[in-house]
Amino acid sequence: MISLNKMPVGKVGIITAINGGYGLIQKLDLLGIRTGKEIIKTSGQWMKGPVIIRSGNTEIAIGYGMAQKIMVQVK
Amino acid sequence: MKILLIGNPNVGKSVVFNRLTGVDVISSNYPGTTIDFTKGYIILAGKRAELIDVPGIYSLEPTCGAEEVAIEMLNEGDVFIQVIDATNLERNLNLTLQLIRQKKPMIIALNLYDEAEHTGISIDTKKLEQIIDVPCVATCALSGEGIKELIDKIINARTSEFVFDDMQRWNEIGKIIDQVQEIKYRQHTFSEKLRDVSVRPITGIPILLLVLLAVFMIIRFIGESLINYLFEPFFEKVWSPLMIKLSEWLIGQEVLHDLLIGELINGTIDYGQSFGLLTTGLFVPLGAVLPYVVAFYTVLAFLEDSGYLPRVAVMVDNIMHKMGLHGLAIIPMLLGLGCNVPGALATRILETRKEKFIAATIMSIAVPCMALQAMLFGLLGPYGAKGLSIVFGTLFIVWFVTGLLLKRIVKGTSPEIFVEIPPYRIPYIRGIIKKTWMRLKWFIKEAVPFVLLGVLIANLLYSFGIMQFVGKITAPVFIHVLGLPEEAAGALIMGFLRKDLALGMLIPLDMTLKQLVVASVVLSMYFPCVATFAVLIKELGIVDMLKSTMIMILAALITGGLLNMILSVTLS
Repeated sequence: MISLNKMPVGKVGIITAINGGYGLIQKLDLLGIRTGKEIIKTSGQWMKGPVIIRSGNTEIAIGYGMAQKIMVQVK
Repeated sequence: MKILLIGNPNVGKSVVFNRLTGVDVISSNYPGTTIDFTKGYIILAGKRAELIDVPGIYSLEPTCGAEEVAIEMLNEGDVFIQVIDATNLERNLNLTLQLIRQKKPMIIALNLYDEAEHTGISIDTKKLEQIIDVPCVATCALSGEGIKELIDKIINARTSEFVFDDMQRWNEIGKIIDQVQEIKYRQHTFSEKLRDVSVRPITGIPILLLVLLAVFMIIRFIGESLINYLFEPFFEKVWSPLMIKLSEWLIGQEVLHDLLIGELINGTIDYGQSFGLLTTGLFVPLGAVLPYVVAFYTVLAFLEDSGYLPRVAVMVDNIMHKMGLHGLAIIPMLLGLGCNVPGALATRILETRKEKFIAATIMSIAVPCMALQAMLFGLLGPYGAKGLSIVFGTLFIVWFVTGLLLKRIVKGTSPEIFVEIPPYRIPYIRGIIKKTWMRLKWFIKEAVPFVLLGVLIANLLYSFGIMQFVGKITAPVFIHVLGLPEEAAGALIMGFLRKDLALGMLIPLDMTLKQLVVASVVLSMYFPCVATFAVLIKELGIVDMLKSTMIMILAALITGGLLNMILSVTLS
């Protein structure tokens, strides 16, 4: 299990935990991203830039700090 | 009757709106809020009903200012039309369930139905209709499929009796999805590959640079073509002879002549220098600025509707972070390049006071609007690229350095970026035309009266000697710090009202290139135009806006003084 920012680009993984506050969990939840969901990491920007993940047809960019709080089990 | 069009962002809501309101309806801006609220009319069973395009929301629990406004609008509606992105059924249904709890008549448009089928998703609309107990219509707004059915069924909108456990919303949604949606295996589409390529840094950054270059070239091309083939011939061949006639007719009526026509330069009208209401007053907003505004908004609408803007936000996130902002703050900056007013309004998409303050301040200081840019090109263009590149380069440095400083000075937090990246879509041309037209109307409504007022006030101030008086008082600053003639004070006073006009006032002063550059930079920086100022007072509050204004004046004086010193050495 690793955090999203360390997950290699192009890999598929399952979210196992979101160690953030209510705000982060809520925001992700509204976009259909929550524990148990399968996601693909499509990109990570240089120098601790945003991480981009896709789940189904939803693609979102999240800051590096937030990505550190999202744990994934890489497939 | 008021019908609200509600939905997540990027579900094609605006296209549905355009389809529903038909051809000859002109959408109007929603007063007092943002230019993105649109209203139109639709004929239902012989009666006229109001259709309001509510800004996109994910949920009824707001996460930012723009969403709050949207949610407040819900109370006013009599009927809800929820536009759902059929390719993202699950999370769209989350909003559906929340809307159902509002107990209002509702109907659902399953939009992008064709795109869903294309990607291997099939949705049983009949079954969905049965379960959630409101009419559901499959639509493809881009091609117009399903729109007629949607209109016909609006009168069937009903308050849902669907019962569910709100605490278990996602479970409930999961149950619905299991019954109505089927997903087949599919291959990676071309669009998906393009999505990946344009956000990976190694390919995304070159693509971004190419796009920006293309944007710049297209704006110039459209703007210049409009000027060369339409606006210039009109002003030269049609308007000037008329004005000359009027001028002859007004001989003996000095005051009126000066006011309407201004001064004749070498026996003819010089739109840059005559300074009459009907000459310079009309030419500056319409002849010099409007063509570029048209060009800018067309290209911007294209970028917005294609889905590229959020990707720009991701690519520039790192740079924006250095200034205490995140990538999305690039959107007010880009809008500000067209006109600072919508740019100022767009600071609403940022969450905290700190971000809003920084974004609004650096935009007002260093993002020149299209009107200002057009005049800068007119003023400095004859000297070649040198003057222009110094001005734009200085503004860029000021933008960045001010941001760096404000990040450290302003108290508060700077959250990280969190943004949905929509799939690429081919923009809907009629939507683009409508959007551009809306923003143009707004520009004309705002700019023309202010320019006319500006010309009037300038004339009055000159004839009462007030301009000369202010020039005398402020002369030490102008002459010693900025190296400008004291007459330039008049332009700076005018700059409070309209900067394009202010730059025009510099033309007759016969300044050197160095002076022009310093005056241009100071004029761009020291204050936003009065319209932007008014909007920012509303957005930031009076106290913060006064602080922001102090920063602007200070930054303008420091930058102007430094430039004056540096250029005295390098440009002579």
